[in-house]
Amino acid sequence: MRPFRYELAGDDEGAIAAVAAAPGAAFIGGGTNLVDLMKLDVEQPSLLVDVSRLAHDRVELLGDGGVRIGAAVRNSDVAADLTVRSRFPVLAQAVLAGASGQLRNAATTGGNLLQRTRCPYFRDASKPCNKRGAGQGCPAREGDHRNHAILGASASCIATHPSDMAVALAALDASVDVAGPAGRRTIPLTELYRLPGEEPWVENVLERGDLVTAVEVPPLPDGARSSYRKVRDRASFAFALVSVAAVLEVRDGVVRSARIALGGVAPAPWRARAVERALMGAPVAEESFARAAVAELAHAQPLRDNAFKVPLAHHLIVQTLLDLSAAGA
Amino acid sequence: MRGDGGHVPVHADVALSINGETHRLSLDTRMTLLDALRERLGLVGSKKGCDHGQCGSCTVLVDGRRTKSCLALAVAQVGREIVTIEGLAEGDVLHPMQQAFIDHDAYQCGYCTPGQICSAVGMLDEVRAGWPSAVTEDLDAEAVVLGAAEVRERMSGNLCRCGTYVNIVPAILDVAE
Repeated sequence: MRPFRYELAGDDEGAIAAVAAAPGAAFIGGGTNLVDLMKLDVEQPSLLVDVSRLAHDRVELLGDGGVRIGAAVRNSDVAADLTVRSRFPVLAQAVLAGASGQLRNAATTGGNLLQRTRCPYFRDASKPCNKRGAGQGCPAREGDHRNHAILGASASCIATHPSDMAVALAALDASVDVAGPAGRRTIPLTELYRLPGEEPWVENVLERGDLVTAVEVPPLPDGARSSYRKVRDRASFAFALVSVAAVLEVRDGVVRSARIALGGVAPAPWRARAVERALMGAPVAEESFARAAVAELAHAQPLRDNAFKVPLAHHLIVQTLLDLSAAGA
Repeated sequence: MRGDGGHVPVHADVALSINGETHRLSLDTRMTLLDALRERLGLVGSKKGCDHGQCGSCTVLVDGRRTKSCLALAVAQVGREIVTIEGLAEGDVLHPMQQAFIDHDAYQCGYCTPGQICSAVGMLDEVRAGWPSAVTEDLDAEAVVLGAAEVRERMSGNLCRCGTYVNIVPAILDVAE
């Protein structure tokens, strides 16, 4: 670990100014990802600005029935919140599916969204990695890529985004409140992340000094149901091979609306827009769900060792939709 | 990758509350809570297994919540109440969880055991608070029904290479009653 100065932020303005002024500075929330990466010398900030005790520690029910979740709220508190559990089960399930009890107690909402990939080459500073350094190359392509992306990747990077919570929030059309040197703004979560393209080190649209302050989740349509399903090598405490977050609204045996996001398959939470389009007005039936899944996964670009994710994603999408539509029946 | 990084160690003076006592330390900002406990305070009950938040042998309670001390920076713990395995007993009276682990023979080499016990204590508080887990069927239920499957899921952040899980689970269920 490189030496660093540490400051406990007292307010947003101070935190933002401190990070904006120092090129090597980073915000720290629970530290469950950042401290891990600092031990690996993948992250080497020279200044840590601790934002975990800022007044963004509340889950608020909003007037329209949505919720605003402060960026400093710990993952455990998001999942335990009764409003989240009853109105947005997909979100509670997604958070509970991630990490371990101890990690969920420390990890913050903001930190969870911005956590970095688990790619073993990225995490090993002795290995080349285009995300860590432009032009270094991507050894995963010909090497160990069983858990890498089948959608949204590029020639320079095939890493996936590891967050479960972000997948649920993508399906929920959540938005992210950001405060920064240029002022405050709100970004749809689906527009927060950048696909690697030719600049895999750029993972999101945030600028230096931008601080996530809250996530807002709009209410679900009346009668819509939601759930999160995760497939992984172990029954617990493992990242997703493939996961699905689904929000489904059914009326008279026909899909009125559907929002589906996939995890474990792309460099960012992946809204399955082709599935959603194919489902609109479709009868609730396995054939419709299967056809919709095929429409999305036709664009998949599997590699030598992760092609299993394509049929896995297909079956998971179909099964999740079947379960959701049966639950509502 | 990010920033040029400093090269000269930075020290900070902090007051840490551990097991009810305040300790004033001057430490390198890079020092984790785990290393502060073991190296500076002689509290070697908390163990360093993986040092990356994966094995759970470093688990302590911070403000009553189970936390992996290997990923917690010591300088970030100012103002928090930390309880380690050494702080669970009251004098000579073992904490019920410690006693249950003995009664159920829930350890072999003992290396993961302090972390298991602290994690289990924190976990039962979470159960009492009605927190659901990934295997909880009814998310809307305000009370948790604790069985073996719930215990295993909730304790999945604590690994045991000796394989004493088979006795850890009944030990925890025993205390939960």
